[in-house]
Amino acid sequence: MRTLDSLTTGERAIIRTLEVSEDLAYCLSAFGFRIGKTVQLIRRARFAGPLHIRIDTTDLMLRACDARCIEVQRQPA
Amino acid sequence: MKRVALIGMPNVGKSTLFNRLTGSHVKAGNWPGITVDLYSAKLLLGADIVELVDLPGVYDLRGHTEDQAVVSTFIARNRVDLMLVVINASQIERQLRLVSSLAPLGVPLVLILNMADEAAALGIRIECEKLSSRMGMPVCMVSAKRGHGLEQLRTLIRTSLQEPLQPPRADIDERALDAAAHACVFVPAQATHAQTEKLDRVLLHPWLGLPIFFGVMFLLFEAIFWVGKPIQDAMSWFFDTLRNVALVPLASGLPEMVRGLLFDGLYSGLATVASFVPLIILFFLCMALVEDTGYLSRAAFLMDALMSKFGMDGRSFVMILMGFGCNVPALMGTRVMRSRGLRLLTMLVIPLSLCSARLQVFLFFIAALFPTRTAPLVLFSLYLMSIAAAMLTSLVFKRRFSNNDALVLEMPPYRLPTLSQVILRGWHEVMHFLRRATRFIVAGVVLVWVLTHFPIGAAPASAQTWAGQLGAFLNPVLSPLGIDPQLTIALIFGFVAKEIVIGSLAVIYARDGGALLSALADHINWIQAYSFMLFTLIYTPCLSTIATIRTEAKNRAYTVFAVVWPLALAWVVSFVFYQTAISI
Repeated sequence: MRTLDSLTTGERAIIRTLEVSEDLAYCLSAFGFRIGKTVQLIRRARFAGPLHIRIDTTDLMLRACDARCIEVQRQPA
Repeated sequence: MKRVALIGMPNVGKSTLFNRLTGSHVKAGNWPGITVDLYSAKLLLGADIVELVDLPGVYDLRGHTEDQAVVSTFIARNRVDLMLVVINASQIERQLRLVSSLAPLGVPLVLILNMADEAAALGIRIECEKLSSRMGMPVCMVSAKRGHGLEQLRTLIRTSLQEPLQPPRADIDERALDAAAHACVFVPAQATHAQTEKLDRVLLHPWLGLPIFFGVMFLLFEAIFWVGKPIQDAMSWFFDTLRNVALVPLASGLPEMVRGLLFDGLYSGLATVASFVPLIILFFLCMALVEDTGYLSRAAFLMDALMSKFGMDGRSFVMILMGFGCNVPALMGTRVMRSRGLRLLTMLVIPLSLCSARLQVFLFFIAALFPTRTAPLVLFSLYLMSIAAAMLTSLVFKRRFSNNDALVLEMPPYRLPTLSQVILRGWHEVMHFLRRATRFIVAGVVLVWVLTHFPIGAAPASAQTWAGQLGAFLNPVLSPLGIDPQLTIALIFGFVAKEIVIGSLAVIYARDGGALLSALADHINWIQAYSFMLFTLIYTPCLSTIATIRTEAKNRAYTVFAVVWPLALAWVVSFVFYQTAISI
């Protein structure tokens, strides 16, 4: 299974698992990170900076190291 | 009196709604977590007065940030008769989950769908009545920014208090909330903010993003000078004329001592500071504009990679930027951080931000010793020095205060704040600055006057006065930095508040306005002035900042450290600069 940080720019995927601390899980859930949700990688900041992610109508930033804890499955076209 | 609380996630326009409902001047910025204090106001609804409290934005009540603790503590310790849950109408599905955190509290809830105009522009359709019956609570659509739906909301609050509502079911779970959102909210497949996407393509450009950001900041400073300088000159002229033409003849009958205190003490100090107010107002208006547009979270995105090298994150960068207005709210803004190490490191760095009070000192010194053409460059170099000092501090201490916090931050769509929003916000900041400044300045300049005029018989501001003795005592430490005894006295008062520095110089040199500028230019050269500015930039900003660090960190040893480190750094930086500059 791929992780969120491996998406290419513009690619969409479906969240399968969230293996993060309890605190971060609450926080991510409030931003709409839930199993089964579709996420899209909009862009990456330079120099291994954060990822610009879109879930529904919410845009947010997330560091690659945290995105690595989120497993995703490529959305069938 | 009934109490109503406004609650919601960060950046849903709670503070704007609060302003709209109460008309009071509360901070409202397009940045998650900006409202760190609890603001409250009396609200007249028909014949009843209710108290409206604006709570800090929280994602839920289960986490461990200071803001969540503030909200939980408030709810546990205060009776709340009604809660207005503010939700961004474009993000109902994810934000509705906040209700499951609030339901067990047993307080009646009203759901407010704010930014209805944005949702409509995205083509989002909401069936309010259906949502209301599924949720078992009233639902109201508003646009706080445009003032739509507010009368309806006022009526709803009044009736909800008169005939108390049933609190929601305590066991309302996330699945039920998701189902309610699915059944009542229709989001088109491609609901994106087209303008924001276009702007982001430029402003978040991989290579151009950062240069554009710093370019925008530089242009703002240029504009502030360009517009503000003539107004400032006019103010100086006005105060000089007022003194010479009207006040001096009026006070001719008073004893010399009293006249001295009134004119050389109070008037000189206050007039000098007042002439800088236009520049401060312009600065705050520009900051309010940048903050309300949503550009700051983009700055966090662009700067995060760099900040992580310094043991901090993009939020720290934004707090440091906020510190350029005033360090105190920026320090309180760190409450959104979960990691204690990150919070302490950020709080160590924020006081190095060139705040508006220091800005006023620098504007004065630059006006006195540098030509208008180079003035913006000198000021910009001080801003860069401020950032460099922050970077150095964090590099030295990043291992001591390690950060394990995840960075999850919303990037809201760009919003053009209404003119009244910017003015209200700028006005609020200026009033805050003036309230603080006048209190400090009046006490400060009177104290400086006493120290520079006593013991009786000593020539004013001479080496024989108390101030002169104090300056001479500290001179061996500060003379290697090019800081003479007069400037030393100003620095001592600057420890209390930077707002006093210029006022105290006015008292020490017994001149104000243009005369003080030329007196300063006669006494010191530009190298001494720059060295003095470097020291002023880096050492302790003011007592309020220290007090805030003490209450936020809840640790005395850390507070002492947060005072000693900048003081040592200030000495070393000024020493290196001054000794190098005079030897070239």
